[in-house]
Amino acid sequence: MTVSVDQIWGWLDEVPDPEIPVISVVDLGIVREVVLEGETVKVAVTPTYSGCPATSVISMDIETALRDRGIKDVKIETRIAPAWTTDWLSEKGRSRLEDYGIAPPQPAGGPERCPHCGSRNVTRVSQFGSTPCKAHWRCTDCLEPFDYFKCI
Amino acid sequence: MTRDMAFFEFLLRMGDNTLVLGHRVSEWCGHAPVLEEDIALANTALDLIGQTQMWLGLAGEVEGQGRSADDLAMLRDAWDFRNVLLAEQPNGDFGQTMMRQYLFDQAHVLLLEKLAGSSDERVAAIAAKSVKEVAYHVERSRDTVIGLGDGTSESHRRMQAALDLLWPYAGEMFTDDEVSGIMAGEGIAPEPSSLRAAWDAAVQQTMSEATLVIPDSDFAHAGGKTGFRHTEHLGHMLTQMQWLQRAYPGARW
Repeated sequence: MTVSVDQIWGWLDEVPDPEIPVISVVDLGIVREVVLEGETVKVAVTPTYSGCPATSVISMDIETALRDRGIKDVKIETRIAPAWTTDWLSEKGRSRLEDYGIAPPQPAGGPERCPHCGSRNVTRVSQFGSTPCKAHWRCTDCLEPFDYFKCI
Repeated sequence: MTRDMAFFEFLLRMGDNTLVLGHRVSEWCGHAPVLEEDIALANTALDLIGQTQMWLGLAGEVEGQGRSADDLAMLRDAWDFRNVLLAEQPNGDFGQTMMRQYLFDQAHVLLLEKLAGSSDERVAAIAAKSVKEVAYHVERSRDTVIGLGDGTSESHRRMQAALDLLWPYAGEMFTDDEVSGIMAGEGIAPEPSSLRAAWDAAVQQTMSEATLVIPDSDFAHAGGKTGFRHTEHLGHMLTQMQWLQRAYPGARW
């Protein structure tokens, strides 16, 4: 079969993040490179946080997705430099995060608004949240707690 | 001592610090005073264990004997560990845990900032990755030390007791020796003593905001990072941490 690198990027964009299934691993910015060498597909993946337990699941999901498309030889390389940054989140990923109830990262270091009611009156509960990449915030208008995808 | 031997020792120091402290912090999982703190402690532990994988992974590579990060973490005994004594000290109460964390985090962040410019690109990459995580650790441990130090009379008393108890273990993070001399000569890592002034300034600022008094004595326990003599606490900790691999050698997920 003949595949192109663009096609593979498209397939990878259908692999959901295991913790936040509304965004893909490509949206998350952790797929750094796709190289086609003959029949072999090499994918370079970077971890979000060094201890993130989702990293090994993501590598497995990528491999499974490519095998399902008929790629027999898949090599996943873990690449730590340059270190992952939330700047690599795609625009599509950012808007999907917000629809899902997770405030996307902002350069100012805190959420722009409550992802539930849109209020700007939000307060930080803890810099650490339900996964390594999220902080815990609360809206002081609708009083709902929410996750904020923290900048790194 | 050859360069590679010193490099291996240096990497064990980095990885054993994050491993031992990471395990200690993980002991809080499910026991912290409030849910938010439990989550924060677990996340901190997770970051430290993740960093351990990178440091000990590289240590195994440099050693060249085929030992993996897991082998180094789970199959060495106390005398082969190279973490500072501060990291292995028991958790005590929540305040004591956070004081230990702050004293360590403040040194850790200063060291990683320098290591991000290491002449060894693998060290630089691990440091550049870790320092982003550790910046969050020190922000939280600093705020907590200040909040509890400048809190109620009871929290103040406990934080002062924690500082008095742990202060003699802080100095070991800044002592130089043959290993650090070789690393500095190679441009791989700075001499620990070169970080002391910046650490002192930051810690003094924090303790002053926390209304806590730094002990007068600069006496420092030693023996952790050289492996000469750990405190009795490390062995007890390892019996828990390594239990599964000791009881079922080679067991895998």
